[in-house]
Amino acid sequence: MSDSTITATPPEKTGKREQKAKKPASLWSDAWYDLRRNKVFLIGAGLVAVLVVMAVFPGLFSPIDAYNPATCDLSRARQGITGEHWFGSDNLGCDTYSRVIYGARISIIVGIAATLATSLVGGALGLVAGFYGRWVDVIMSRIAEIFFAIPSILGALLILAVIGRDNAGIGSVVLALSVLAWPLVLRIMRAAVITTKNQDFVVAARALGAGPGRIMLRHVLPNALAPVIVVTTMNLGLFIAAEAALSFLGVGIQSPDISWGLMIADARNRFLEAWEPLLFPALFLSITVLAFVMLGDAVRDALDPKLR
Amino acid sequence: MNRPAGAVDTHLSPSLFSGSLGTEPLLAVDNLHVEFTTRQGVARAVNGVSYSLDAGETLAVLGESGSGKSVTAQAIMGILDMPPARIPKGEIRFRGTDLLKLSESARSQIRGQQIAMVFQDALSALNPVFTVGWQIAEMFRVHRGMGRKAAYAKAIELMERVRIPAAKQRVNDYPHQFSGGMRQRIMIAMSIALDPEILIADEPTTALDVTVQAQIMELLAELQRESNMAMILITHDLGVVADVADKIAVMYAGRIVENAPVHDVYKNPAHPYAKGLLESIPRVDLKGQELYAIKGLPPNLLDMPTGCAFHPRCPYKQDECVTEVPPLHQISGTRSSACHYWREVLDGTAG
Repeated sequence: MSDSTITATPPEKTGKREQKAKKPASLWSDAWYDLRRNKVFLIGAGLVAVLVVMAVFPGLFSPIDAYNPATCDLSRARQGITGEHWFGSDNLGCDTYSRVIYGARISIIVGIAATLATSLVGGALGLVAGFYGRWVDVIMSRIAEIFFAIPSILGALLILAVIGRDNAGIGSVVLALSVLAWPLVLRIMRAAVITTKNQDFVVAARALGAGPGRIMLRHVLPNALAPVIVVTTMNLGLFIAAEAALSFLGVGIQSPDISWGLMIADARNRFLEAWEPLLFPALFLSITVLAFVMLGDAVRDALDPKLR
Repeated sequence: MNRPAGAVDTHLSPSLFSGSLGTEPLLAVDNLHVEFTTRQGVARAVNGVSYSLDAGETLAVLGESGSGKSVTAQAIMGILDMPPARIPKGEIRFRGTDLLKLSESARSQIRGQQIAMVFQDALSALNPVFTVGWQIAEMFRVHRGMGRKAAYAKAIELMERVRIPAAKQRVNDYPHQFSGGMRQRIMIAMSIALDPEILIADEPTTALDVTVQAQIMELLAELQRESNMAMILITHDLGVVADVADKIAVMYAGRIVENAPVHDVYKNPAHPYAKGLLESIPRVDLKGQELYAIKGLPPNLLDMPTGCAFHPRCPYKQDECVTEVPPLHQISGTRSSACHYWREVLDGTAG
């Protein structure tokens, strides 16, 4: 047999190969390798990690339970920064610091829930539209465009106005944001799927007997996922900002729930007497949005080397 | 290297189309037409191609780009995008069953299991996000219902069978970590995984170095001998064909212009196009002389020449060629040529 004519990896190299095999090589592990060395990602991820812990265990950061009305003391309203109230106290004499900490939960929940809903709905429909094309694509894309044409904050205001203040809460805010944002994910997914499905390895998979379902989920989806991940990461921050905006306008989260947008709205009339209850939630909101946008930026750099 | 024992019995196990063959060849393409609807009009890529293939036989389909050789193969595999493609006429009989009349699900049962395909560019034909082991193992998991471990073991076995050095260490590597030749070996491993009866190799060596080309061809020939599978080798490289193929079908403008046992064509072509192809091979003994080239360009499929499609480029051209489409003249039991003047071409007297 002709083993001698075959270009063989020299045997002494095999040991090295084995070590190398442990090193990342796929798109995802390459991206992860890049990310771990990216300062923007590390800062963003660090901030997000702190915020998530804050949302899950607010008690770790604040000794005062902000949801307990007994912790508020009307006689000590708008007192400014003191040893007891690190970020001052608001119009009702509640501790701003603990309220800011407890406010992270709703922001994070809304952000994650809206992101999940839009990526699942938009991603699934985009995958189907891009993969099957023809009339499936036409119908889905036109429906998406109808939603796309609605200005997002106005549309959300309208949806929440229909739902009514009495029923407003996390669920309705997530619904309003998701209904308006899924077409963006659909478009990106659809475009990525169309690019991927025309590549040779998809044809090859078909030629080797893979069925349409398997091709869609195993061969097209993993290769079309990168742009969607980038957009959803960035969207997370934008959803949080949108939640704050809606709450600020009075149609989103309602008292007694604690939301940064709501806190800003409550504090703005007495801003000149006490700036702390306005500034600190605004600061946390900005940092949160920034953290997610940084994360999305870094992920995009890692997954799409062409942009570098 | 020995053939893995497990592979033999899967080959002999009753398959979907294991009827008695009789005189029917394993695969018969009969008067196949394929056209593509484009904005500029209908492009007739394949115009009445017929060829047949028996078990263990290798058919080389030769022709330049756009001659319809790949489209024919894609029609056999059933991987043409329809529309824009359409098959208005013709039959593709596999063991006597017309594949074109089968449902899509029945066809996907044949793809990979009975007829498999190797592509030209193995890098783009392998999925970049999965390891090669995963991709080879997928064949066994999907079609043979094997567990992960067993499928991986089979994948390593196959990688050894296509002579990938250190297969055990490399099974978890990604396609881009392999060289071009090794990637093509992996592609071949995937295509022979289920012991197909027919392997279609669409320019399997075109993207490779010359030295590697010979190795891949040798590997294909060897695998074919081991398992007695039939092979359709699509190529435009005459050098590749001579050693491996049993018979040749030369295609031009979507038609077969010459059908012959391989050595007859090399010795004495019966169609001016086949002759032109042979004469354009660079030869050391003719060093210093001008290299022969078939003058002109391949025909535009949207605007085919009248009569014989080759007439604008043909040195034997007569008035008849411009008006009359030449039928496939039977020269002998195994040879045919679609040229009005095949006798003159065979004799070598210029027209």
